[in-house]
Amino acid sequence: MERSRLRLSLLAGSIVAMAVSACSSDDPTDLGSIVEGDFPQNSLNPAGPQARQIDDLFWLVFWIAVVVFVLVMVALLVALVRYRHREGSDRQVRQVHGNTKLEILWTIIPVVILAVIAVPTVATIFDLREEPLPEENALMVEVIGHQWWWEFRYPEYGFSTANEMHIPTDRPVYLSMTSVDVIHSFWVPQLNGKRDVVPGRTTHLTLQADEPGVYLGQCAEFCGLAHADMRHRVFAHEEAEFHAWATAHAQPAVIPTEGLAGEGWETFQVICSACHAIDGTSASSQLAPNLTHFASRTSFGGATFANNEEHLREWLRNPPGMKPMDPDRNDLAAGRILGMPDFGLTEEQIDGLIALLETLK
Amino acid sequence: MSEETQMASTDHTAHRGGAWGWITSTDHKKIGILYGVSAIMFFLIGGVEALLIRTQLALPNGDVLSADAYNQMFTMHATTMVFLVVMPAAAAFTNYFLPLLLGARDVAFPRLNALSYWIFFFGGLFLTISFFVGGAPDGGWFGYAPLSTQVSEVVRMDYWALGLLILGLASVLSAINFITTVFTMRAPGMTLMRMPVFAWMAFVVAFLLLFSLPIITVGLFQVFLDRNLGTLFFSAAGGGDPVLWQHLFWLFGHPEVYVLILPAMGIVSEVLPVFSGKPLFGRSFVIFSGIAIGFMGFGVWAHHMFTSGLGPVAEAAFALTTMFIGVPTGVKIFNWLGTLWGGSIRFKTPMLFSLGFIAMFVIGGLSGVTHSIVPADTQQHDTYYVVAHFHYVLFGGAIFGLFAGVYYWWPKITGRLLHEGWGKLHFWTMLIGFNLTFAPMHVLGLAGMPRRTYRYPEGLGFEFWNFVATVGSYLIAVSILVFLWNWWRSRHHGEVAGNDPWNGRTLEWTIPSPPPHYNFATVPTVHSEDSFWHDKYREDEAGNAVPVAAAPTTTAAEEDIHMPSPSYYPALTGFGMFIALMGFVYLPVGLVAVAAGLMVTMWGLFGWAMEPLTREPHE
Ligand code: HEM
Ligand SMILES: [Cu+2]
Repeated sequence: MERSRLRLSLLAGSIVAMAVSACSSDDPTDLGSIVEGDFPQNSLNPAGPQARQIDDLFWLVFWIAVVVFVLVMVALLVALVRYRHREGSDRQVRQVHGNTKLEILWTIIPVVILAVIAVPTVATIFDLREEPLPEENALMVEVIGHQWWWEFRYPEYGFSTANEMHIPTDRPVYLSMTSVDVIHSFWVPQLNGKRDVVPGRTTHLTLQADEPGVYLGQCAEFCGLAHADMRHRVFAHEEAEFHAWATAHAQPAVIPTEGLAGEGWETFQVICSACHAIDGTSASSQLAPNLTHFASRTSFGGATFANNEEHLREWLRNPPGMKPMDPDRNDLAAGRILGMPDFGLTEEQIDGLIALLETLK
Repeated sequence: MSEETQMASTDHTAHRGGAWGWITSTDHKKIGILYGVSAIMFFLIGGVEALLIRTQLALPNGDVLSADAYNQMFTMHATTMVFLVVMPAAAAFTNYFLPLLLGARDVAFPRLNALSYWIFFFGGLFLTISFFVGGAPDGGWFGYAPLSTQVSEVVRMDYWALGLLILGLASVLSAINFITTVFTMRAPGMTLMRMPVFAWMAFVVAFLLLFSLPIITVGLFQVFLDRNLGTLFFSAAGGGDPVLWQHLFWLFGHPEVYVLILPAMGIVSEVLPVFSGKPLFGRSFVIFSGIAIGFMGFGVWAHHMFTSGLGPVAEAAFALTTMFIGVPTGVKIFNWLGTLWGGSIRFKTPMLFSLGFIAMFVIGGLSGVTHSIVPADTQQHDTYYVVAHFHYVLFGGAIFGLFAGVYYWWPKITGRLLHEGWGKLHFWTMLIGFNLTFAPMHVLGLAGMPRRTYRYPEGLGFEFWNFVATVGSYLIAVSILVFLWNWWRSRHHGEVAGNDPWNGRTLEWTIPSPPPHYNFATVPTVHSEDSFWHDKYREDEAGNAVPVAAAPTTTAAEEDIHMPSPSYYPALTGFGMFIALMGFVYLPVGLVAVAAGLMVTMWGLFGWAMEPLTREPHE
């Protein structure tokens, strides 16, 4: 019930929001039909056990805070109305200097309230830190933060993907996370709180989704120029479906040698393979997202742009024009990449590359 | 010497007007005014930055600013507001009023005081001109490594590291000055516990600065070295650790939050009694809770790092210390309510801002408690929910408290009152604009909107409340214009204040407005807290205030007043440091400027050392 109230206020907002947003839409960051509901990134709409535990704790504290707030405000308003100065009144003001009993009382009251909050807080802290038990058969995923995209590795299956993570429902997912450059923070609000991704360290997070569906996330630690466009998506599937997805993804790509796509492959080998890999071919650089099954992804560019031909074309014409990046400072030898440069590709080259990418199912 | 000739003889220093008079002044009141005017200037700059941020975010996919410009804007907005607005505004009040509240003629080290100001001024200038030469800092006001250390091709974060270093130096110098002033310059009879609460809070703040700034200084040096000399303090690849930076930063940064809020609490503790006609309720509890907050401020830094994976034991420990700081804070709120209760409340503008402070601060405090709930904080951290929280504390709290001080003490600074009608309009537009701007950010944060993002896509439900917040921020801008207008018109048309326009309780109201150069013709003797009030009233058996028949006339005693003479060496020293800093940014080419700047600095310090402290009048 409590939850529905806040949702209500959010809802009231969204009505006006539609009116407002109707007048601004000629822009590539089009999340497409993936987004469901009014607030798809809402931390108050938990969709898994970890997020739900956090949510319960939040509302407990929230309502206590509301009660305290109302009491203090009522006391303040009563004092202001009752003791306001009235012209011509000869009410005497007693010079009260203090009252030790009162002081002790209003020191103890907050202590008691905070103690009430502290117990479930500490319990939940330890609860959420527990790694999944072996018999829960957690899926292990390695998360690697890059400026400004996410790499997800599936060691059990031996492949990696970018910005879109697929997980099974009905078992926990155990993330081992690190970063190759600066600090990022992995966050899917509906599934769990955020956890920083730190170079030189490995941090962990356990996620689980109750239902199949898409859950949106976003890098939450300021990580430089395109921090805002470092998004990601988690797709939760029934076990069988997940298994099918993973086995298909473990397959190397089949590269077309003929036609437009074949020309695209030529271009790819010359220009793109410096940074991108396509498994099963000679392109194996790990600096930028692995493109082996690119066509099966719904988004690209830090999950900011819907994966369609129009966006791809714009991207290939001038990547830094679509997403802020700093490719002038790329240092391939040192393995440091700050974005994809504008290669000045011709329209023919772009046609070929798009044809190639579309075959990479 | 009669009093008259004394005034004539000392005033030759005070009346040296014009720009040169301000540059060379060693009078704590003039320096206070310099701090205040600078803080207002920087407030306008920081405000324009905020408006640009909000304009960019008014609609989804905004393109008013580029990502690069946006990152500079939010970094500089925060840096400006924290280091160039709230801290110097508090320093303005402390400089001007600490000696007056203590019954002293000056601070302990007048020329050091001038040096603090000039270092601050040049530090602020240094940070601000980065916009025009090379680009403003863009790694966040928190400068998280390795983002802040890696972008070594760009000078931006050098401006940030060096700017903060020099501003820290200014603060340490004035902290030493204020601590010494409190210890040595109190009027006869003013025991520490009789000291006004604002003086107490300034005292606590000085200790906070003294102990917290060295920590960040070490860290800033490391950042500068990592960036420019290739050390690896914060580089994981070289065996360093980025999380070390966070510990250093927040071990400074959290006490810093109390540096920002305690002066405002002190101001409110002066204003509420005056406009309630009652003494501060539980005075000693208010003072001790301030001290407790100061101490505890050093024990909670890791609550800024709950998402960095500290491990459950550390997280639980810091959750508890953080919650615990709510207790002394609560005590203060209740005592303020106790002060109002039973009083005779006059709703003058300073009082309105103080009441606004209480209400807004309660909201900020309670959302602070929700951050101490570690699991919940992992959802809120780095979202707009946090932006809402700390603006309720820093804007609804610190800025409202400082405005209470502006309206309250303006007559003592200028001799004229600000207009009540415009003041009330300022208050109400600011209160409404403030809540329109920041209340929606609670919703946005919980709905999943991260902060420090230059754009957000459509379809995540962020549109409406962002639009409301932007409208609110324009209303805040209107309220500031109202304040500026009020200031402008009061210069000539403000009601003349007289010594004691509010029926005050503390010593500054015993002397003329504005005070003479030497403050007190006769150093007052203090017999109790609220000493001035007791000169005017006594309490009968029932505890009611009864006016004393005739206020005691202060007899002009034969006192020899020596005031420090003006000196341009502090400003020169600060200027030398500025030149050297500019050189450091552009190493190795800048080495010439470094050398020149250091020479000017040495010249300033040497001249200063050789200069006689006071020139005898009529020499
Ligand atoms: C004029 C009214 C103000 C408005 C409209 C405003 C708006 C904002 C906004 C929208 C942000 C978020 C930037 C981001 O995270 O991307 C921000 C950040 C911040 N503001 Fe303000 N602000 C105002 C006044 C103040 C004041 C008076 C302070 C007092 C000290 C302050 C201190 C800060 C700080 C410390 C940050 C953090 C920046 C960061 O690191 O994310 N602001 N402000
Ligand atoms: Cu990131």
